[in-house]
Amino acid sequence: MTDATIIGAGVAGLWAARALLAQGIRPRLVDRTGPPGAHGCSWWAGGMLAPECEGAVAEEPVIRHGRAAADAWAKVTKVTARGSLVLAPARDRADLTAFARRTGGHEMLDTTGIAALEPDLDRRHEAALFFAQEAHLDPRRALADLVAALADDGVQIEHADLTPETVKGPVLDCRGMAARDALPALRAVRGEMVVLRSSEITLTRPIRLLHSRHPLYVVPRENGLLMLGATQVESAHKGGVTARAALELMSTAYALDPRFAEAEIVELGADLRPAFPDNVPRVVQRGNVLHLNGLFRHGYLMAPALARQAAQFLATGQKGDLFHED
Amino acid sequence: MRDFYGTVLDNPMMLGTARFPSPQVMQEAFRQSGASVATVSLRREGGGGEAFREMIRSLGIHVLPNTAGCHSAREAITTAHMAREYFDTDWIKLEVIGDENTLQPDPFGLLEAAKALCADGFKVFPYTTEDQVLAARLVEAGCRVLMPWGAPIGSGQGLNNPYGLRTLRTAFPDIPLVVDAGLGLPSHAAQAMELGYDAILLNTAVAEAQDPVAMARAFGMGAQAGMLAAGAGPMPVREMAQPSTPVIGRAWL
Repeated sequence: MTDATIIGAGVAGLWAARALLAQGIRPRLVDRTGPPGAHGCSWWAGGMLAPECEGAVAEEPVIRHGRAAADAWAKVTKVTARGSLVLAPARDRADLTAFARRTGGHEMLDTTGIAALEPDLDRRHEAALFFAQEAHLDPRRALADLVAALADDGVQIEHADLTPETVKGPVLDCRGMAARDALPALRAVRGEMVVLRSSEITLTRPIRLLHSRHPLYVVPRENGLLMLGATQVESAHKGGVTARAALELMSTAYALDPRFAEAEIVELGADLRPAFPDNVPRVVQRGNVLHLNGLFRHGYLMAPALARQAAQFLATGQKGDLFHED
Repeated sequence: MRDFYGTVLDNPMMLGTARFPSPQVMQEAFRQSGASVATVSLRREGGGGEAFREMIRSLGIHVLPNTAGCHSAREAITTAHMAREYFDTDWIKLEVIGDENTLQPDPFGLLEAAKALCADGFKVFPYTTEDQVLAARLVEAGCRVLMPWGAPIGSGQGLNNPYGLRTLRTAFPDIPLVVDAGLGLPSHAAQAMELGYDAILLNTAVAEAQDPVAMARAFGMGAQAGMLAAGAGPMPVREMAQPSTPVIGRAWL
């Protein structure tokens, strides 16, 4: 018995299924490629749950809803709640002060404070901002855990290529860039990332390096893996990682800690983030179709809230603040 | 206002389109600044950047594509041709970077590219230093606008060499001059306009402000104030105090 159809099984679609179940609505979950994998941009995410840091440039709803994301995820997958660190090269120290002014929930650390949190990090860094409330997860593991949790509730991902107009009843369109024809304001923002493996560098929380030209974040994963991200290019070109992006990401990582030079390159990845003009995720209602889209660089931060609002609307008719009039 | 290759701008502010928190903030910043020209880079976005370019076209103001990120004349020339195709304009802000640290223009590569592009019918806006001899060579090559830097790109230092910029203004009374790069505060914009410059061009100071929209408006006002002041005939600077009301004949009480 199906009450609503979800098209697209990326982070938004999987959360939509979970949110519908929570409202007592039975979802049918379909994806044209099947379970999550390298074909979807959720696969390439960093997995930082860092609403305060994102708030340096993101709009207020991203900060507010993002603060609830770590708790939501912790019910499904392993969330590491060790906060995040923000550093700046000595030359760009003023950027750290500006970042502190634009964000909340942080404290300023000196060399001793940094070493207490990340004893293995290069000792040259003299100042850092510590955001104690932030967390991170491993996106691929999180997707697999979501899929498993849905399976436990009897929801399987059906391998089928559907479009919203061919489906009867309520539809949650979570196709990302594939829904571009229905959402003219949606655009692609290209992102590129690198995964390295190092037996030398041990980090326990995400680190951001404010760099005036090439800002960088490093997210530690299991088995010595370190994810470096991410470029942000106003382009819908879906080709492989450019040499420039790889150079920038890796040389900035080298500036963070010279031992990155000896790390093994495990993976290079590039994909397109769907985004609306204000870079805030939205639910757009068109008749029986709800479009959950524009998650930009906030997929893991915003999918739980976006899905909850869509499911709540189906259950009660109430529209949350992430609904956007079309 | 002097015309730029036959186009008279109704506002002396030119604003870049990079590094804004979102396209929506960018669009509002343009509206609030009153900018008459939007500069846009192509090198990195390339063929896939159409959605963003459409957003820039929709601002409804002049588009000045640039060759930011180019390090040789050849690269810049290729990028200029790409820009002409994408934006259907023969305007090109020519940037040929010579030093990775300061992003200072490479005068030799700049001149080489300017000659080639002017000969090819482009209307070249060269990003240059305040070097007067280089400026003369660029004008000889066919450039009818000069864009000397105020300070290194993105540094926010303001006008590092007011003397050099003033000299350039005196040397080229009939060529439109634009201070491009290095502005950090609206007072820098006013100062450039007070020197008799025809426009200012900036990006980072607005895009990376905490409130880009408010800063855009502030820069627009700064540029307007400077332009108005330059036309209003500033008073001469004097060594001695000069009371604005006479002291002789004041009543002894």
